[in-house]
Amino acid sequence: MGMTMAEKIIAAAAGETCVRAGEIHTVELDLLMSNDGTTHLTIDMYHKLAHPRIADVSKLVWVVDHNMPSDSPKTAASHKKMRDFAREHGITFYEGQGVCHQLMMERHVRPGQLIFGADSHTCAYGALGAFGTGVGCTDYLYAMVTGHSWVMVPESLRFCLHGRLRPGVTARDLILTIIGRIGANGANYKAMEFTGEGLATLTMSDRIAICNLCVEAGAKTALMPADQVALDYLAAHGRTPKAVYTSDPDAVYAATYDIDLGEIVPVVAKPHFVDQVVPAADCVGTPIDEAFLGSCNNGRIEDLRAAAAILEGRHVAERVRFLVVPASADVHLQAMEEGLIEIFLRAGAIVMNANCSVCWGSCQGVIGAGETLISTGTRNFKGRAGHKDSFVYLGSAETVTASAIAGEITTADRLPPREV
Amino acid sequence: MAAETFTARIWVLGDDIDTDIIMPTEYLALKSVEDMRPYAFSPLRPELAGQIRPGDVIVAGKNFGCGSSREQAPEVLKALGVRAVIAGSFARIFFRNAINNGLLLIECPALRADVADGDEIAVEVGKAITCKGKTYPIAALSDNLLEIINAGGLVHAMRRRNGLE
Repeated sequence: MGMTMAEKIIAAAAGETCVRAGEIHTVELDLLMSNDGTTHLTIDMYHKLAHPRIADVSKLVWVVDHNMPSDSPKTAASHKKMRDFAREHGITFYEGQGVCHQLMMERHVRPGQLIFGADSHTCAYGALGAFGTGVGCTDYLYAMVTGHSWVMVPESLRFCLHGRLRPGVTARDLILTIIGRIGANGANYKAMEFTGEGLATLTMSDRIAICNLCVEAGAKTALMPADQVALDYLAAHGRTPKAVYTSDPDAVYAATYDIDLGEIVPVVAKPHFVDQVVPAADCVGTPIDEAFLGSCNNGRIEDLRAAAAILEGRHVAERVRFLVVPASADVHLQAMEEGLIEIFLRAGAIVMNANCSVCWGSCQGVIGAGETLISTGTRNFKGRAGHKDSFVYLGSAETVTASAIAGEITTADRLPPREV
Repeated sequence: MAAETFTARIWVLGDDIDTDIIMPTEYLALKSVEDMRPYAFSPLRPELAGQIRPGDVIVAGKNFGCGSSREQAPEVLKALGVRAVIAGSFARIFFRNAINNGLLLIECPALRADVADGDEIAVEVGKAITCKGKTYPIAALSDNLLEIINAGGLVHAMRRRNGLE
């Protein structure tokens, strides 16, 4: 009986030749990412240990992105605690450079690695064939101090992708459709593995968007085999794989879903759950107050290009704020070089520094009581983007941009022609 | 060892109670988890945090704790004195975080439909829950998880193992 990708990565990290779903193994971690959401709590606990030490400081990556730059003296103190500790111990430390998962993809993740991140969207790293999983700050502390942790080997759900997405339909529409189908806990404790000939048609940006959102179905991790597209991305960023794994033909899956990419349509997730997914067409006409393009899910250069192509020669609706937040400083720079930032500004958008922004209801741009946001962020929980009595719809970069122009939810193909 | 038993007053919530509901982002910048206590569950039921008394139990539906990995969510439940959370199922990251903070979690999908706020339940840990004369069997927790919960969380369990507590 063969092994899945998830089983192979855990087997290697556990020093075993074969592991099976359901077993619990002690594993050595390759990388440990933490951000300003909870690192201050990790540091407080670290100082309470009798013999505090860091097992291998070269594996730690710390990122200030959730409240970047700080917006209050309390936040500034929390950042200072993190900055001082990182400096004292020689921990790789970023602030202002981007959203943690985007930075990890650009600079650190390698295929075959097993990575803990103190952030739920760590499952994004599967786009490079790495097993990334979110943990809390106590689990993070344990791994930071000992170098290892325990994991239960997850069962895998296999998603076989066929064909290709139609023009105007995005990877985000695909993953939202899948989450809508299997539900917010449809993959709880499980790995979501994506395979099939349709995978080759998806860019790295598409793949990151898909893997990143899998936690919204409860997944422990998401995995895609590191094919040529992934290896080219890795080489372009100056890295090599740790190991390239694919699932064996006779690996055992909890379920297999065949997905025809050509049947996917633009969708939105309605308030207040990510699995409340309907065709975007069903929500056309819903008035919005704010639109957000950004986050670890959809703030890459490909998303900004798609938005700028729709926005060029048009203008953001008069009573709508359109926030554009690149996922990293590198993305921001590239957008400048390509002239995208000028297009956004001339169209009346608000361009902000790389951070988590309104996706998690902090930084700037949070919405007030009764307001409606359409967002490329990761979640639309009640109160997620600000006031408890506000409303968040999730959609693709294209749908969000078109809605910002129209002042109500719409899709790009429904926009009136540009005035000449 | 005889199974631990306790009785508790319950508060009943729905499905998919996410960590932004349990502890909204807006209040994460507060200095301590004690300061966050009044705001637990505030997007959904602003009055609830003030009603929960130490020893009470939360009963919920499926996928309790879904969403963010913020550990302030189980921490604030501990700070409120919540004795246990009984749910149809738990989201994965919250499950680990709760155990690591010494918060008892019990899976029992059948209970919620039969109960209401203020009901009294009797819990025999690892065996059964009894409410209004009806008994609901529950699964046993593994010894290593019980050790962490009983120590008050993973950090305390490590210290205990090392003879420091």
